[in-house]
Amino acid sequence: MGRVTGKVAFITGAARGQGRSHAIRLAEEGADIIAVDLCGPVRNVPYPAATSDDLAETVKLVEALDRRVIATQVDTRDRAALKTAIDDGVAQLGKLDIVVANAGICIIGGWDQITPEVWQDTLDVNLTGTWNTVQLAAPHLIANGGGSIIMTSSAAGLKGLPFLTPYVASKFGVTGLGKAFAHELAEHHIRVNTLHPTGVETPMGSSEGTSAFGELLAAHPTLGGMLANSLPIETTQPVDQSNAVLFLASDEARYITALSMTVDAGNTQY
Amino acid sequence: MGRVEGKVAFITGAARGQGRSHALRLAQEGADIIAVDVAEDIPSVTRFYPGATEADLAETVKQVEALDRRIIASKVDVRDYAALKNALDAGVAELGHVDIVSANAGIFLHSDKTHEVSDSDWDDVLDINLKGVWHTVKAAIPHLIAQGTGGSIVLTSSTAGIKGTPNVAPYTASKHGVVGLMKTLALELAEHNIRVNSIHPTGVATDMILNETTFKLFLPDQEHPTQEQAAPVFQSTNALPVPWVEPIDISNALLFLASDEARYVTGLELKVDAGYTTK
Repeated sequence: MGRVTGKVAFITGAARGQGRSHAIRLAEEGADIIAVDLCGPVRNVPYPAATSDDLAETVKLVEALDRRVIATQVDTRDRAALKTAIDDGVAQLGKLDIVVANAGICIIGGWDQITPEVWQDTLDVNLTGTWNTVQLAAPHLIANGGGSIIMTSSAAGLKGLPFLTPYVASKFGVTGLGKAFAHELAEHHIRVNTLHPTGVETPMGSSEGTSAFGELLAAHPTLGGMLANSLPIETTQPVDQSNAVLFLASDEARYITALSMTVDAGNTQY
Repeated sequence: MGRVEGKVAFITGAARGQGRSHALRLAQEGADIIAVDVAEDIPSVTRFYPGATEADLAETVKQVEALDRRIIASKVDVRDYAALKNALDAGVAELGHVDIVSANAGIFLHSDKTHEVSDSDWDDVLDINLKGVWHTVKAAIPHLIAQGTGGSIVLTSSTAGIKGTPNVAPYTASKHGVVGLMKTLALELAEHNIRVNSIHPTGVATDMILNETTFKLFLPDQEHPTQEQAAPVFQSTNALPVPWVEPIDISNALLFLASDEARYVTGLELKVDAGYTTK
């Protein structure tokens, strides 16, 4: 018996990285998956975009676990398309129990280097896209009599990490959104928690994704310590984040809500 | 393969309630147990609820053994550092190592205005709930460091370790103190791959909470409030529509933190509180 056997999970940003890992970990423990991903670029993002091949690979990996998966190429900023993907997925898989609002982007720059475009795109994808996801999925959880929502924030959703002003603002927004949703949805037995990773070994966390830190930290060395972990590791693996998602998604956490769940190797303690 | 297969857990306050539940849940997932409990009445506490007994501790032993796990249990007061250290050292000698520490022992005295709390009540609560936790980690840390294999320390705090609770000053102060200890240890011990986290339960259905004196804390105008009368008042403090949670809910959180699934989780205040602290 898996830890989420018989449940259905909706996951955004599921083509690769943490999102794919969440899909696989939940499927390993018995869940069916509704997966969406933009599968395309967002301007100014320094690391390569996910592709439709990536999303197809997630489908293949979930199906290899003998679980069902419905995958759609969708931008979480496009409310109409997102709603259709959720509603169609729920119609095909029968219900919805778990929502993982994971899709996000990260663009590094000093406070005076951030353009209005970078500000707006980051807020649109990371905060508005997350709001779209939760607001459009929650009615299915209510219809199901309860559920678990996990919103991916960041260590930068609890701490003002340097050279990430729009990212920090969007992720603090997700932290607040999680607590507000938690209180409004509690009467429906829906739990809402936020996940706060430190660096994760994914394309976003790759050298391409983070190379801009080098010059900025060289110019502002006193801020470097803020990015360090307390535990002696450089980065976490996607599965570490997925194990926390699994715990929060399962009935083991049936009375955990409005929690800021850090999987950050102590980054926010330092 | 259990989620903590092959690990050894040191648990204080293991005779009943959350502590026993922790021992059983970890044993179900493959851990051996070193259990301690004061296992006798503490005079300040029996005004509110009866103390655990040696029979309770023996029952924990029986239930762990029924799961085919080993358990070394000792009757020890966490205020007595020498006895606590001896119990742990003896347990480690027998079971080979210690990987998980659950500092769970605690007492709950309440219903006095802060300026009316007696010195002896203040001392009992702080000595058991805070100094006892420090004794527990003080005894365990040298083992964890010497083993060189990391470890997971979980300190039981409370929603009262995050929020103020009127007429519960010593308990609230002690549980806030536990958070300070946790955060300090998380930083001190990180270089040894030892993780330190705290758990913050809302009310848990144990003898400590399900008794008339605690119901009266919530319903001061009732002479003999019942559990049925208290339930909606308890529920009003939570976000989720439940009055209290069960010991197994806290044990499941402990299990997650104790397991390698949480290998990079440290410094976390893990609230199992149905939304109490953010409401």
